[in-house]
Amino acid sequence: MASQIDQQQVKHVAELAKLEFNDAELAKFTPQLGSIIDMFEELQAQNTDGVEPMYSPTDRVNVMREDVAVKSNEREALLKNAPDTEGGLIKVPVIMDDESEDGE
Amino acid sequence: MNFETTIGLEVHVELKTHSKIYSPTPVEFGDEPNANTNVIDWAYPGTLPTLNKGVVRDGIMAGLALHAQISKHMHFDRKNYFYPDNPKAYQVTQSETPIAHDGWIEIEVNGKKKKIGIKEMHIEEDAGKNTHTSNYSYVDLNRQGTPLIEIVSKPDIASPEEAVAYLEALRQRIQFTGISDVKMEEGSMRVDTNISIRPIGSDKYGTKTEMKNINSFNFVKKALNFEQQRHEKVIMAGGTIAQETRRFDEATGETISMRTKEGSDDYRYFPEPDIPPLEVSDEWIQEIEDAMPEMPGERRARYTNDLGLSEYDAMVLTQTKEMSDFFEATIALGADPKKAANYLMNDVNSYLNDKQVDLQDTKLTPANLAGMIKLIDDGTISSKMAKKVFKGILDGQEPAAYAEKNGLVQLSDPAKLQPIVDEVLANNQQSIEDYKNGKDRAVGFLVGQIMKQTRGKANPGVVNKLLMKALNEK
Repeated sequence: MASQIDQQQVKHVAELAKLEFNDAELAKFTPQLGSIIDMFEELQAQNTDGVEPMYSPTDRVNVMREDVAVKSNEREALLKNAPDTEGGLIKVPVIMDDESEDGE
Repeated sequence: MNFETTIGLEVHVELKTHSKIYSPTPVEFGDEPNANTNVIDWAYPGTLPTLNKGVVRDGIMAGLALHAQISKHMHFDRKNYFYPDNPKAYQVTQSETPIAHDGWIEIEVNGKKKKIGIKEMHIEEDAGKNTHTSNYSYVDLNRQGTPLIEIVSKPDIASPEEAVAYLEALRQRIQFTGISDVKMEEGSMRVDTNISIRPIGSDKYGTKTEMKNINSFNFVKKALNFEQQRHEKVIMAGGTIAQETRRFDEATGETISMRTKEGSDDYRYFPEPDIPPLEVSDEWIQEIEDAMPEMPGERRARYTNDLGLSEYDAMVLTQTKEMSDFFEATIALGADPKKAANYLMNDVNSYLNDKQVDLQDTKLTPANLAGMIKLIDDGTISSKMAKKVFKGILDGQEPAAYAEKNGLVQLSDPAKLQPIVDEVLANNQQSIEDYKNGKDRAVGFLVGQIMKQTRGKANPGVVNKLLMKALNEK
């Protein structure tokens, strides 16, 4: 089966996932991803008329907790695991994104 | 060429739950940075989200308040993006199965009523907060996981004025449910807009431009007005509108194109595997509907029908839930509804406007307002004195004690007033003559003399009665 994905698309997906591949890697991963897509093509060829979509592999529903607040008191431990902190804030490389303050 | 405008609004409302949507850490503001976080909020490997039942309940209540259909079967979806304000690198939201859909609210612009459709509503999580310096960015995850409801309108809004009317109506209804503070200035209500124009009669929408996080109703109106005119100018000049996100500059009142990264909207949604699906029963929906607080329309009807207030008074009092609750608490303490309404609509509202504060942030209490109205009703203070006592209760003072302390007590005791009336009459024989000769003005003069004697403290009603009785006996 012809591969459903080209190197350009693999590069795009890699960028979305913040991954960097060199040419050799791109050449290697493209057919690998292509065979995965081929497998989904096979699945998509099945007739699913009248079949309810399945959104979860478990048959559990309505797993919820009551709205009760529990303070973790783990602030210091959590901050200790951050790469860098200042004044209780997580310090990260400056974000050169002027799109929006909240990223959303 | 004449154009028609199409506006769509996306509103995010922050819920006032005790805990976050997928983790049990408290939803609280103003705490030390990162104090209200745990391993789930930080997306530690191996941690799993558990859905907060209160958020689903509030989402259903919001849906009911906006006349929407509640989804019986729901699941959550992942929206993938990298940004330091969300360590999971995805937002757990609802994409395919919104908690509610196909609602509406009624607005009124220039006396014309119109229903604005609501396409759908989602429950989802907020992100943390970033602050930036020129060298570093800083992340506080306290807000990460705060529950939000996203409310997406249908493109039924035809003008910036309608957009603001929609936002006001939406805020009012959500506020009355009690699930959110819905305050633009505090970020518990946030507005994204999109707008396009097309020649009247065209069956195709024009290209739309978006604006995010506009932080006041006034700016929403200004930004949409500016965009509407900009679209017209561009199209009339033979140009085309670029589909883009723009930013409203508050200083200039103009909108500015923002650099948009190509492909940044590729969110690759897929069903969230860590949260099992939801089945909402009719019983639960009914239970939430039964617990729904009274909406502004129902309160207005009660105020006009049961309390005898005018339509206008009822409308002003139900502008905010705080005002309406305050009014009800005041009359529950025995204050006359009309007087309580007048004080809130006039003196209190102008004070709030003047100081730019919210009612609940003042020292005024229903008990003190009711107390002051009682002092007026039983004649202890005059309405003129009430002006001064009002200043006292704004400062949190107990009205009776404040009036006493400041000598703002009316002299109403006939036994104390009689000697003064007698004395004034004895000193003003001419006025008695004038009165007997039919000169009514003489009465006004005598009352004035008595008021002067009592330094304005005499109860005019009692003085009048005593004076007329004395005059007619002469």
